[in-house]
Amino acid sequence: MTTVSEPAFCEPVFEEPWQAQAFALANALIDKGFFSAEEWAQALGAEIRRAQAAGDPDTGETYYNHWLAALERLCADKGLALGAEVARRAEEWRDAYLATPHGKPVSLRNR
Amino acid sequence: MPHDGPDHDHDHRDHTEPPSDVALRVKSLESLLIEKGLVDPATLDALVDRYEHHVGPQNGKKVVARAWTDPDYRQWLQDDANAAIGDFGFKGRQGEHMVCVENGPKAHNLVVCTLCSCYPWTVLGLPPVWYKSAPYRSRAVADPRGVLAEFGTVLDPDVEIRVWDSTSEMRYLVIPERPAGTEGWTAEQLERLVTRNSMIGVEKAKAPADLAKDAAE
Repeated sequence: MTTVSEPAFCEPVFEEPWQAQAFALANALIDKGFFSAEEWAQALGAEIRRAQAAGDPDTGETYYNHWLAALERLCADKGLALGAEVARRAEEWRDAYLATPHGKPVSLRNR
Repeated sequence: MPHDGPDHDHDHRDHTEPPSDVALRVKSLESLLIEKGLVDPATLDALVDRYEHHVGPQNGKKVVARAWTDPDYRQWLQDDANAAIGDFGFKGRQGEHMVCVENGPKAHNLVVCTLCSCYPWTVLGLPPVWYKSAPYRSRAVADPRGVLAEFGTVLDPDVEIRVWDSTSEMRYLVIPERPAGTEGWTAEQLERLVTRNSMIGVEKAKAPADLAKDAAE
């Protein structure tokens, strides 16, 4: 059985900017009442169990991946942003990045 | 630029490398929700700033040190933790109920969230990675004494361990025991003995001798 150990170094609050963005989005939506804190905890818990069942080691390192999956699922269930919409938007952003010369601001207008 | 040369993939001047898939997913969701007017970019920035810079264990340390030095405050924490913590200006999110649990010679409290990662953000900031891990979430309940031992915390067999399972509505803060040899210390001095882990309950507060060791390192 894996033991619980704490790394000696001081952990950053967020390891990558996207984690902070996903964190803020969920909380902003809760604050606005699009879903409750309880619904959020249930959705996140369900996502963690799903990932665990699929073989995720669930050591806490993949926590924000579960967070994002729960957020996407809840946004789709509540009709705030559907999966297909998000997928399409991701491709639009990818195209925008690829069409933007290095060093220039990336905008969806650049596609 | 014509894509006919063998090196076109290596020329980064004509495009910007897209972020990772996961970052792109968040960016897409965020831009859609902003576009629909469901979230406000300024609110998002403020939330990140708050959790990166303004909430953290430094808040909890103040609460504990005051509880150690002010019996009335300690009682207030028991009676209405939200209000007592709010006295420092530390305001929790709506619907979150704080409960302070005190360690003593015969009882030790340990906090976990078995479902996900509910945590007293207002006083401790965001949880450490191990708090969110499956081993901690399951073993804190099944084998609290074993988990404590892994953190170097060995309790006498007659000390009762109480495990508190956090929820979205109930968040727990452990008030560790005030270390011996701190008589006459001010709240500011005592704060240095309070650690994040001692407020989750996996460790005891530092002893005065530990501070001397820290300083020597």
